Amino acid sequence: MTTTTQNGTRKIVINPVTRVEGHGKVTIQLDEANHVTQARLHIIEFRGFERFVQGHFYWEVPVMVQRLCGICPVSHHLCASKACDMIVGAEAITPTAEKIRRLMHYGQTFQSHALHFYHLSSPDLLFGFDAPVEQRNVIGVIGAYPEIAKKAVLMRKFGQEVIKATVGKKIHGTGSIPGGVNKHLTLEDRDRLAADVDTMVEWSLEGLQLCKELTRNGDEMLLPFGAFESNFLSIVRADGCLDLYDGNLRAKNADGEIIFDQVDPSDYLDVIREGVRNWSYMKFPFIRDLGQEKGWYRVGPLARINNCDFIDTPIAEAERQEFIQIGGGRPVHATMAYHWARLIELVHSAEKMRELLADPDVLRGELTTSGERRGSGIAIIEAPRGTLIHHYDVDENDQVVRGNLIVSTTHNNEAMNQAVRVVADQYLEGQAEISEGMLNAIEVGIRAYDPCLSCATHALGQMRLLVQLIGPHGDVLDERMRA
Amino acid sequence: MNPARKLIIACGNPLRGDDGLGPALIDRLSWLDRSDIETDVDYQLNIEDAVTVAAHERILFVDASVTAPSPFLLKPLAPSSEIAFTSHRVTPGTVLAICHDHFDHRPEAWVMAIRGFHFELGEGLSVDALGNLEEAFIGVIEWLER
Repeated sequence: MTTTTQNGTRKIVINPVTRVEGHGKVTIQLDEANHVTQARLHIIEFRGFERFVQGHFYWEVPVMVQRLCGICPVSHHLCASKACDMIVGAEAITPTAEKIRRLMHYGQTFQSHALHFYHLSSPDLLFGFDAPVEQRNVIGVIGAYPEIAKKAVLMRKFGQEVIKATVGKKIHGTGSIPGGVNKHLTLEDRDRLAADVDTMVEWSLEGLQLCKELTRNGDEMLLPFGAFESNFLSIVRADGCLDLYDGNLRAKNADGEIIFDQVDPSDYLDVIREGVRNWSYMKFPFIRDLGQEKGWYRVGPLARINNCDFIDTPIAEAERQEFIQIGGGRPVHATMAYHWARLIELVHSAEKMRELLADPDVLRGELTTSGERRGSGIAIIEAPRGTLIHHYDVDENDQVVRGNLIVSTTHNNEAMNQAVRVVADQYLEGQAEISEGMLNAIEVGIRAYDPCLSCATHALGQMRLLVQLIGPHGDVLDERMRA
Repeated sequence: MNPARKLIIACGNPLRGDDGLGPALIDRLSWLDRSDIETDVDYQLNIEDAVTVAAHERILFVDASVTAPSPFLLKPLAPSSEIAFTSHRVTPGTVLAICHDHFDHRPEAWVMAIRGFHFELGEGLSVDALGNLEEAFIGVIEWLER
């Protein structure tokens, strides 16, 4: 909806998703001359789950949390399992368990990144932001680039098959448990997946080349689009290598200087705080020592590629080195560079799956371990969209008494607001009506981060996009809706 | 492909009240133990579901709805495409369109929207939704016999 404020300025409100719980909207405040005075992204954060887990036994949590997010349940499944590893005293899980979990995680990242690029961002890159909405979708990609689109579907299918082979059932997967995993990969599944994994590496590299080509061809427009400087946060391995499954926290500033490094996940509260703003239900995390105004940061593929020192798979590492040239010695800050970084991780995930499917440890070996029982568990994993933190405290009866989850969308909260503001400045300034291209420019900026809008619930009849522009006196100047 | 088999594909989250209507219907159908039906269930539909759909001749998509008339709405499904705000959701129409365009296969497709009422965090269907589930189950049996 659109409202007029007391001082006579007016707001454009983009209400893109109205789910049963959790939705997002964009408000762009204009003055009498149609100049942007403020832009905000409002997301209703889904916090009830933390209360819901209270009273449940800790070993139930890795299964329960999968239902937190319908699109990346594996990330929550693994992060909760890692937190529960601490509770059961599994300082280090067995090599077999870690490799099966990693395979699960790379399968999830692979299918998620493939979906994001081919389904969500490639239509914008291939057809341009101003292309008709009838074309600017996955069906448009199928029509214009059928081979690319078909590979995307089959890459998604491959990732899902990896998940099915390691997690189990789609709705109630139980593959990862406190202290390890509950089954080996079967020889049949291993051979079936191994037969296709070289093709997945090849196709993911084709996707990356396409993304690079599109970005370079449109670099005058794409790289400045929604660009702003920020800090970056991710986990990295002890030697600084990119690691999506395990590691310690590292933060860099906009110049690429280390703010903190190798912070143990258990100490995350020493370096990260969650702030609030009076206009949003979602919290605004920040680096404690920098404060809320200067300490906000970005997470996700761009942060991870900027933060790591190297990647331990050869193709992805060569691509990383090419990517960082954009920054000229500083981190890459372009919002649209998220897609390029995401595709480097797509290649990396495929390479990692190839390694793991050739490793006999996924077929045999000890599945679980345990040690001295603890009263709390904290874990961090790099989910496809960014850093994910799970923290549980349990009592002597093994029941959860407190849970705290910080998901990637929350980490990126301030950054997404910044993206909306910058794009609004670039595209909406002085405009009197909402064009399709202008509306999509806002969405393109947000889509780079692919925020999770409490996706655990999904029901027909709830997806709407409503845009209204109302004048200073409450009259509707313009209105657009997508259903 | 086994064109004689029918596919019933449902989505929803059993931890979000009546959003679990789709999975509950699949669970109910499993009691039938019919060899001519294949079922699939997930939290959300996504583009790879087109691969499964392409292997069948008759498809029924099932989901909870907050707007459908009670107890359910059953209607033929046409292919469609939308630009999405996030990658978190693909509609039945888009899955069907991908099946048409990618796999050159045009199955007969229907969508069943079962009316739900309470979508808050928590397991179990509301009383009204349970009633609609039974009506929907009968509706699916009739659809299978058509």
